[in-house]
Amino acid sequence: MSGRVYPDTASGSFPAPPSTAEDQSDRQIEFQAVDEFEGEVLDDTVEMYVEFDPTDRAQGIPPTGETRIRNWLETIAEHSVNVVARHGEDVIGHAVLVPDSDDPDSIEDVGDVEWELAIFVLQAYQQSGIGTQLLKHLLGHAIELGITHVWLTVERWNTPAIALYERVGFEPTGTENFEQEMGILLD
Amino acid sequence: MNVLLGLAGSDESITALRRTIERTDNVGDELTVAVLEKADTDRSQEEMYRQAEKLLSEANLDAEIERLEGDPGASLVNYAEQGEFDQLVIGGGTISPMGKIQLGSITEFVLLNAPTTVKLVR
Ligand SMILES: CC(C)(COP(=O)(O)OP(=O)(O)OC[C@H]1O[C@@H](n2cnc3c(N)ncnc32)[C@H](O)[C@@H]1OP(=O)(O)O)[C@@H](O)C(=O)NCCC(=O)NCCS
Repeated sequence: MSGRVYPDTASGSFPAPPSTAEDQSDRQIEFQAVDEFEGEVLDDTVEMYVEFDPTDRAQGIPPTGETRIRNWLETIAEHSVNVVARHGEDVIGHAVLVPDSDDPDSIEDVGDVEWELAIFVLQAYQQSGIGTQLLKHLLGHAIELGITHVWLTVERWNTPAIALYERVGFEPTGTENFEQEMGILLD
Repeated sequence: MNVLLGLAGSDESITALRRTIERTDNVGDELTVAVLEKADTDRSQEEMYRQAEKLLSEANLDAEIERLEGDPGASLVNYAEQGEFDQLVIGGGTISPMGKIQLGSITEFVLLNAPTTVKLVR
């Protein structure tokens, strides 16, 4: 593994998908783990990112334009772990873990590698508690799979996102430039 | 144009080196290459120095190569300030497994402290 410093204590007891919850605007939101990130669920996620306001991009992702969005998702699809939030038929939130490995095909134990996290909630659904729930469900799903080390980077001035990560148990890893790196240890 | 290229030991530095050599060749800039001292990189300062020497001579470019000791960002900006450079060129960040652009500590220091125009090569 890398030299990232993780919290001393592990975090646990996160909800696992599938589940349905009402958000703060009384919308029924469904959290679903994705088995194979392809076909309909991939199409629906592409559609969400096509709708995504580019002012909320983070470090170049999501890219803009349907073709580049699809390319990006297809590049990370095969080895990634995904949870989507749906309102009705639409995907309105997406959280994903990607293994930090030069050779993801050879991963024998998912607990042996570190996983990079990203999360996006469509603008019309932000600040209603969905991001928090989606993040927790992704971590709950990760625990079920045996994943232990999760990290991310976030722009240092993205205080809502940093506060959200801290609340579920992420701590700074020690690397901090324009981006703040954070990590969580899972139980 | 008088160009100063700063190289640490990462792959992004190799990319910056190749691109800058191409451009120098095309437009006839004056090029100086500063090889920085940085711990924990893929290539040592010595390896990077030799790599720069090799690629420059393959391109038939006559550029000065300097080793800079001490903190990489500070020594590079200091060197740039002492000389008459129109542009300072460095690598433009790494891409995380997720596809996120990540800028390192040298980049941050250079962007916030360099008196010249800074170019990030992607
Ligand atoms: C970060 C993000 C996923 C959060 O999703 P969300 O659904 O808005 O999150 P929540 O509604 O659960 O909000 C979490 C907390 O942040 C606060 N918050 C969210 N967005 C905020 C904003 N723009 N300004 C101020 N506070 C904000 C909420 O009030 C909430 O705090 P509270 O629980 O004390 O009320 C979402 O804003 C997003 O997609 N942002 C753009 C992409 C991004 O930056 N991703 C992170 C890097 S990958």
